Amino acid sequence: MTAKKLSLKQRYEFLTRDLDWEPSYQPVDSIFPYDQFEGIKIKDWSGWEDPFRLTMDSYWKFQAEKERKLYAVIDAFAQNNGQTGISDGRYINVLKLFLTAISPAEYQAHRAFAFTGRHLRGAGTRVACQMQSIDELRHIQTQIHTISHYNKFFDGMSEFPIQHDRVFYLSVPKSFFDDARSAGPFEFMIAIGFAFEYLLTNLLFVPFMSGAAYNGDMSTVTFGFSAQSDESRHMTLGIEVIKFLLEQHPDNLPIVQRWVDKWFWRGFRLLGVVAAMMDYMLPKKVMSWKEAWDIYFVEAGGALFKDLARYGLKMPKYANVATEACEHISHQNWGLFYQLCHVAGFHAWMPDAEHMDWLSEKYPNTFDKYYRPRFEMWAKQEKEGKRFYFNGLPQLCSCCQLPMLYTEPGDPTKTCFRNSTFKGTRYHFCSDGCKDIFDNEPEKYVQSWLPVNQIFQGNCGGATVPEVLDWYKINVGVDNCDYVGSPDETLWKSWMEQRFSEAG
Amino acid sequence: MSVVAITPDYEKHIQYRDEQALYHGALLVYVHWEEHLSFVSAFAVSLPPDTPFGAICEIAKGIYGDHPDAAQIDWMKVEWMIDSEQATPDFGKSIAENGVGHKSLIRFWTPGLHGYQGTPN
Repeated sequence: MTAKKLSLKQRYEFLTRDLDWEPSYQPVDSIFPYDQFEGIKIKDWSGWEDPFRLTMDSYWKFQAEKERKLYAVIDAFAQNNGQTGISDGRYINVLKLFLTAISPAEYQAHRAFAFTGRHLRGAGTRVACQMQSIDELRHIQTQIHTISHYNKFFDGMSEFPIQHDRVFYLSVPKSFFDDARSAGPFEFMIAIGFAFEYLLTNLLFVPFMSGAAYNGDMSTVTFGFSAQSDESRHMTLGIEVIKFLLEQHPDNLPIVQRWVDKWFWRGFRLLGVVAAMMDYMLPKKVMSWKEAWDIYFVEAGGALFKDLARYGLKMPKYANVATEACEHISHQNWGLFYQLCHVAGFHAWMPDAEHMDWLSEKYPNTFDKYYRPRFEMWAKQEKEGKRFYFNGLPQLCSCCQLPMLYTEPGDPTKTCFRNSTFKGTRYHFCSDGCKDIFDNEPEKYVQSWLPVNQIFQGNCGGATVPEVLDWYKINVGVDNCDYVGSPDETLWKSWMEQRFSEAG
Repeated sequence: MSVVAITPDYEKHIQYRDEQALYHGALLVYVHWEEHLSFVSAFAVSLPPDTPFGAICEIAKGIYGDHPDAAQIDWMKVEWMIDSEQATPDFGKSIAENGVGHKSLIRFWTPGLHGYQGTPN
């Protein structure tokens, strides 16, 4: 006699929540010591809804299928020398930034969701976190495998794990995840599950994946697609967690609001790198950062917060400041990359005339007025054989760890300086958003490992720039400085010449 | 303590990573040229407290030398601000005597020089 087939609902019950049990020889609180200290009150863990109702057995089946497709495409890409079909050699720098800044963050997310899955007592939540943890591990693996093909030809990718722990601009994503992971499990879920994976994720993945598609990088597009169904599950987890916390107890609202304010701002600062990538690094452009922000944050985020208003949750505190800053941040950040790429593991370059006209069109209020003169001054210096690099070490924000380069809200002619004093020592911040975060928990952020400050303290390989770059594992004259004149450019030009001679 | 921590003795384990004591007797000082935002940010420099204030002008010349405005700076006319207070530093006295402390921010304005082609770059 064959067993009756289980319905989807039954399978879900048996293979997720029924795997849970009532402990008999240990009190529940001692098994889950981490889910109470943050002050979040949960009355009923069974109120957790999982709209996906995915069970572990079908999870493995789906993922295995996606892996087979992904690796078939990656193999085909390699066999057909797909690297020669991208739009321009400059594009590879997008992948360098992704691999060094974003891929290690996937690994951090993997670790953190494993921890969170272990330490939240609701069975539905635990299963969802477990799946996301495995997803994130899969993402970093597929990213490494995809990009490893480019690493055979281009520079700056081989030392990404060590660089993530050492190089100054990579402390921005690293400290972001360190901050989230060293918080409690509920704050982590709001930080990464909600703010990052729900509210801001489209601003990360759409630019990178559409950018890859527009620029002929089909292998990256494929890992993007392979991650996409995971991302929609992550978004669902993110929105469920915030609704669940707000529905469980009214005392949760002020705590959750503070986390939303904090992680929106931290996420916004982090995504400034993506802004520069979108507006300056893609040889074939998708849309401007400002357009992406308007669609994915102002419109979609606005609708979301309208929906969440019934719980009393408000728009993140500095949402308007961020929207105003979106007229500026990509230009400001590209200025940072342009003048500090001699101490970075990727190349920057001067946008050409056509590119600057595109920027004028996309940023009619700001580009010509504030940023075109900056690039024209540098272009003139380049022409005179004096390509400009910043000759000093930048002042860093003690919260986001970016150089203190952002301007006053409403006044792009003045650098924004904020500071706080804690136990007799001054700390500097790039914005009110970053200062608030520090002031709420100074004991946490006085422990920040600020790369420039660490150089002065003598903890980064030596006192001179060559010694520090050696410690960063940046291959000087190869990985760093302008794209023009780099070995990457020489290689790309040789491929293009070959293509023309074969065609001719 | 404002950090909500699971460990009751959290404060005992804090590693302060930016105290002056970690800088081998020096002060970490930040210097910023106003209205010249093409330079990414203020620059950081570590200096012994007895460094004469005038040395800051010399260091700034090295950092900012590539800018078309740099050669025209009249250092005697520069307007200074140290940690949000207007200041008239004595170049011959030490930075400490001029009120510069650990992680002080020194901002300066150059009258008549307002950036490349009058834009704050």
